[in-house]
Amino acid sequence: MSTYESPIREALIKGEDTNYSKITDDIVRNTEGTPPMAWMIAFALASATALFGVFCLFYTVWKGIGVWGLNKTVDWAWDITNFVWWIGIGHAGTLISAVLLLFRQKWRTGINRAAEAMTIFAVVCAGLFPVFHMGRVWMAFFIFPYPNTRGPLWVNFNSPLLWDVFAISTYFTVSLLFWYSGLMPDFATIRDRAKTARRKMIYNILSFGWVGTAKQWQRFESLSLVLAGLSTPLVLSVHTIVSFDFATSVVPGWHTTIFPPYFVAGAIFSGFAMVQTLMLITRKIFNLQNYITTAHLESMNKVIVLTGSIVGVAYITELVIAWYSGYLYEQYAFYNRALGPYKWAYISMMTCNVISPQVFWFKKIRRSVFYSFLLSIFVNIGMWFERFVIIVTSLHRDFLPSSWNYFTPTWVDAGLYVGTIGIFFTLFLLFARTFPVIAIAEVKSIFSSSAETAKSKMSDPQDFSDVHSHSHDGGHGAHAAVHHDKNFNEQ
Amino acid sequence: MSVAAVENNKFIVGLYDHEEKLLKAIKHIRSKGIEIHDALSPFPVHGIDPILGLKDTRLHTAGFFFGLTGTTTALSVITFISKFNYPIIIGGKPFWSLPAYIPVTFELTVLFASVGMVTTYLIRNKLWPGRVPRIFDKRTTDNLFALTFAIDDKSSADIDKIKSVLGETGALEINTKEFKDSDEPLN
Repeated sequence: MSTYESPIREALIKGEDTNYSKITDDIVRNTEGTPPMAWMIAFALASATALFGVFCLFYTVWKGIGVWGLNKTVDWAWDITNFVWWIGIGHAGTLISAVLLLFRQKWRTGINRAAEAMTIFAVVCAGLFPVFHMGRVWMAFFIFPYPNTRGPLWVNFNSPLLWDVFAISTYFTVSLLFWYSGLMPDFATIRDRAKTARRKMIYNILSFGWVGTAKQWQRFESLSLVLAGLSTPLVLSVHTIVSFDFATSVVPGWHTTIFPPYFVAGAIFSGFAMVQTLMLITRKIFNLQNYITTAHLESMNKVIVLTGSIVGVAYITELVIAWYSGYLYEQYAFYNRALGPYKWAYISMMTCNVISPQVFWFKKIRRSVFYSFLLSIFVNIGMWFERFVIIVTSLHRDFLPSSWNYFTPTWVDAGLYVGTIGIFFTLFLLFARTFPVIAIAEVKSIFSSSAETAKSKMSDPQDFSDVHSHSHDGGHGAHAAVHHDKNFNEQ
Repeated sequence: MSVAAVENNKFIVGLYDHEEKLLKAIKHIRSKGIEIHDALSPFPVHGIDPILGLKDTRLHTAGFFFGLTGTTTALSVITFISKFNYPIIIGGKPFWSLPAYIPVTFELTVLFASVGMVTTYLIRNKLWPGRVPRIFDKRTTDNLFALTFAIDDKSSADIDKIKSVLGETGALEINTKEFKDSDEPLN
């Protein structure tokens, strides 16, 4: 019963008159009544973009992969770039919900629900690219090992591409289970305040009939903790395996042992930036400034500056190691990456990923909504360029100078990329409108320790005189709990 | 807390507005020898399990064994495929090489553990889409904490005793709730 928290720690639930029912009201309100105009405009834009993306997918299947800008030398470009970009973005959701749960970071509760939703939608978008790159998408199931009539013919378990199949599908499944098991109690909250019978029925189905008995909560906590424990190595393994797609090849510029940690740091970096973008929009549209506070933004920005710096060190390490290796072809691969025909992409990457987030060392900027939003967009752009730089600059000048080529995307490439952004935002907006966008039960569980109203009582010096006299008859072992009791006994 | 063999239909519901009050109330009521049917709360209340006398859940142990099943399945299936059913020469490498199998084995361990645990969780907690639960008080998913007492076979003196003890603990409201049959529609 650690309800005491140092008054120095900033409150995570703002507002003068917050209590449990106000938390319910503030969060559930977004799913009731007519949606705000801003939501409708955003939804119209997002779904129109998504439709164009769907059209581009049809066009690709109809005409074949030839409609993309790939050529014989650069035979892997925007598709894999987009795949890695989306998967990386997804990682922040798991990191926030799982790793921060293990570290008992209370600020996680304000953003974990939306971050986990983002993970699932990002993985959906990511999955589209490898699947459609197969060309004949209706045969996509060939990637799974299953007994078949084609003789003994199985997938190759030594291939990182197959590892990716397992990693991504496991990651998607586990993220979905984790997310949904947390949603059930909150759906029950919406059900119990629903006005119409239809709404009651829908949210009861979604809640799986949750009531919140002590035993249910006990199992709930056990499940959350174990799933968090499983998701933590999982999320690291997924991006490690994604990096193996490159690192286990023999292409100079890809064949590096630094890739797994470098990719994981990059994934967290880009994912936190995307969470930041989404949360800033969500808190604005749905008026949730009391739950997604500047303290939350600041914590996120701290992670962004840390991971951004790790990524920066990785970039420099690559260059130094290439030089130090004394191996001409390796040196050329990196010289060409930084100063070759794709110099513009390298400079964009360096500016957006390494230089711009460094402004977050200043507290004022870390706590500024405007700069947080602006820099989160920069980081998203920069991380897309990072993957593009790694993939295309390593391929475009291959072992035979006669086949050196320059990659130019077609409108279909661009349409698919923009289209997945549309699909992502369509799904996210639907989620934000119909689901509790903040984990209601989890926010309530930190209320007694981290709400502004609760904290103001804690810091009242008069309370201290009562702690000792009270602790004898209170019977509660923890000092803090007794301290807290006093406030409520007065009522 | 008891798991009654026969479903109870009549209950006393005591409501509280703060988790600390709930915890103190449980201690007090149990010290008077009154059996609590269940406790309901809008979020997990820390430290409630020992006070209520709940045994620790074995869900995580189940998770371990599901994970172990995943590990075994992955290794045996991969071994069967790569070593026996479809041995294929890739640059003269061994047909069976453990390091290459670690990623898939790890993923399947996690997958089996998670899916198995969630399935067990849903079954044990009696949760499924379309289940119609017994709702003692709608506010227990919003802002109130409830203690329920089964009173089907209790005498009126017992009932009065429960109510008076509930009163001593500072319950916000003390209500009686009767369910007509086990398939009570949402109310």
